[in-house]
Amino acid sequence: MSDAAKAMPMASETSARARIKRYSVWIVAAALLLVMPYIFPSGASITTMCLMGIMIIFALSYNMLLGQSGMLSFGHAVYYGLAAFATAHMMNWAIKAGVPIPLPFMPIVGAAAGLVFGIIFGSVSTRRAGTVFAMISLGLAELVYSSSLILRSFFGGEEGISADRTKLVRFFGYNFGPQIQVYYLIAAWCLLCIILMYAITRTPLGRMCNAVRENPERVEFVGYNPQFVRFIAFSLAGLFAGVAGSLAAINIELAQASFVGAAQSGAVLLAAYIGGVAFFVGPILGAILVTLLSIKLSDFSEIWVLYFGILFITIIMFAPYGLSGLLMMHAQFWRGPLGSRISRLGKLLGAYLIAALPALIMLAGAILLIEMIHHVAQKGAEGANMHFLRRSYLTVNTHTAWPWIGGLVAMIGGFLAFRFTWPTVASAWHQALLDTQRSSK
Amino acid sequence: MAELIIISTLNGVLYGMLLFLMASGLTLIFSMMGVLNFAHASFYMLGAFLGYQISQWAGFVPALILAPMIAGGIGALVERYGLRTVHKNGHVAELLFTFGLAFIIEEVIQMIWGKLSVDYRVPSWLDFSAFTIYATNYPAYKTFMLLFSIVIFIGLIFLLTRTRAGLIIQASLSHPNMVGMLGHNVPRVFMLVFGLGTALAAIAGVIAGAAYVTQSNMAALLGPILFVVVVVGGLGSLWGAFVASLLIGLLQTFAIASDWSLNKFFGDFITPTRGTLLFDVWNVTIAQVGPILPYLLLVLVLIFRPTGLFGTRET
Repeated sequence: MSDAAKAMPMASETSARARIKRYSVWIVAAALLLVMPYIFPSGASITTMCLMGIMIIFALSYNMLLGQSGMLSFGHAVYYGLAAFATAHMMNWAIKAGVPIPLPFMPIVGAAAGLVFGIIFGSVSTRRAGTVFAMISLGLAELVYSSSLILRSFFGGEEGISADRTKLVRFFGYNFGPQIQVYYLIAAWCLLCIILMYAITRTPLGRMCNAVRENPERVEFVGYNPQFVRFIAFSLAGLFAGVAGSLAAINIELAQASFVGAAQSGAVLLAAYIGGVAFFVGPILGAILVTLLSIKLSDFSEIWVLYFGILFITIIMFAPYGLSGLLMMHAQFWRGPLGSRISRLGKLLGAYLIAALPALIMLAGAILLIEMIHHVAQKGAEGANMHFLRRSYLTVNTHTAWPWIGGLVAMIGGFLAFRFTWPTVASAWHQALLDTQRSSK
Repeated sequence: MAELIIISTLNGVLYGMLLFLMASGLTLIFSMMGVLNFAHASFYMLGAFLGYQISQWAGFVPALILAPMIAGGIGALVERYGLRTVHKNGHVAELLFTFGLAFIIEEVIQMIWGKLSVDYRVPSWLDFSAFTIYATNYPAYKTFMLLFSIVIFIGLIFLLTRTRAGLIIQASLSHPNMVGMLGHNVPRVFMLVFGLGTALAAIAGVIAGAAYVTQSNMAALLGPILFVVVVVGGLGSLWGAFVASLLIGLLQTFAIASDWSLNKFFGDFITPTRGTLLFDVWNVTIAQVGPILPYLLLVLVLIFRPTGLFGTRET
């Protein structure tokens, strides 16, 4: 028996294992989506998870443009919002005309609307890449948003178009009145869209998108038309944004002009970039984090959007591959025997914890100063006392000097101590790298 | 009718000159770094708020001098410690950096001055009517704005074409390496140009803030229009920015003053029923379409002539 023949059963065995490994990710994801409402059963957390699911689809569809095809769009909310309006109109029409379309199929309407508008606007905007594309996307977004205030019969003016999801024909007895039923609807569509979008990245089209991002000129030499590849990617991104917009309209039973607005386009850009556009999971992480922060941070501060912006700038400056990039940087240490993997990452984590303490002190000082400035400038009439982080047990008197001095000392001292820990972190990183190389030999 | 045309032309030229004060800095910054500064309108807003605050404390003239200096200083620092760091991560990262900066400046302004408009008034010594056309009194402050922006415009042209500093700036735009070889500190030139550009935007903010509304959304309202100006004029072209500023200024002022709609001309032939899409389209007046026109122009120009009117290069 030749060596090649001997290797055959081995190869099929590993491919079977690889297949199980590949599908297990999706099975785990499905199981996780199923049990989440049992882990977090409160009404508020189910509402949050619904928003997360919508944002995940939206951010992933955005990443088909920015991460995969290298197109920076400032107007992705156009497809999201127009699909939301299409869905709301379709729901109202189905109720009025008595057409039996159950709610779970409504996102198909959104997908179709997103695709149609993606094709229309994509045919004019994908002719160019780079900054020109970004500017056209911005112009189109402003155009659509400004029109939404004029074309009242379609956009419903200030109050938007509302649609009662419970009045549609029932789907196996479910009327989708309770939020939990909507959660499962969103979860199912979310999983489906994630799988489809992941599958697209594995097709020749997905690879060509990456090639167009890297070097459009060479793509032309290979015989493809980069413009057409961009157009296809753009239309598909419109389709998935349409599903997200449609689910958003179903979720709050309303489609508003703000859905197509610049703030919505900015939110998806932030989510995708904070999560990291270089990896497929990045926008998922980003969508979860951004949704969570936008809901939770307002419990602590009135000016949470500022902190949010600072987080965004920090990521751009120091971690251009986002959170997923930071995580993936550590994947290289996950090699060799299990014990050494854990001890290696454990040591690194120890160094991080040492650096985290002064960093937290610096942040606390900076936040205290910012909050006090905000209090003095905006709420001087409410008196000198401020509830720091909106907690009454953290009352600070802004008219005395001590909190100001304390904040300044914490900020500057924390920064200096933080800088002092950088060599420790760097050497721990270096050590882990050496250790990995040694054990993989 | 003649009155309307004269007043609209005056207002349009004034608005155009203000746009040019901002667009000139934006287009200079683009020529040297290849990055469209999303936060440029935010420096205009910063100028307006600083101008308001300083004029509360010390009066209008100190505000006119100090506010642009502070805003320009902040701009130079942003270039030195922000953009220069991000530069190695590529153009997308730079663009996103300025996008995030615009976001932060708006939030900081809301944090200090709140979300409502501040009471930034025309200084009392300029609060009278300069002249009367037909029955319209034209305010002295607007005349002052017009003259002041023209002076700045001439000063800028003089600086760029007639002085040694301007010569170095122009050379740094086209041949940065060669200028560096000759012993000039090119990164510092870039920093100074960024500071100058943001200071020009802040000057526009100080003088426009008093005449219009000074509010934390003014950057978000004006920013996209500014992009239209520099893209339509041709990225990197100062003359293009000038022509496009006046064009957009006149276009918007004339649109606001007009109540024409399709219904006015074709209403006798086709009368759509209320509540339909056609009814909306039929009854839209030019004044309502006014805010859309610049973006329509932008999209058309980008599709058919991506170099802009006077531009020599594509982005």
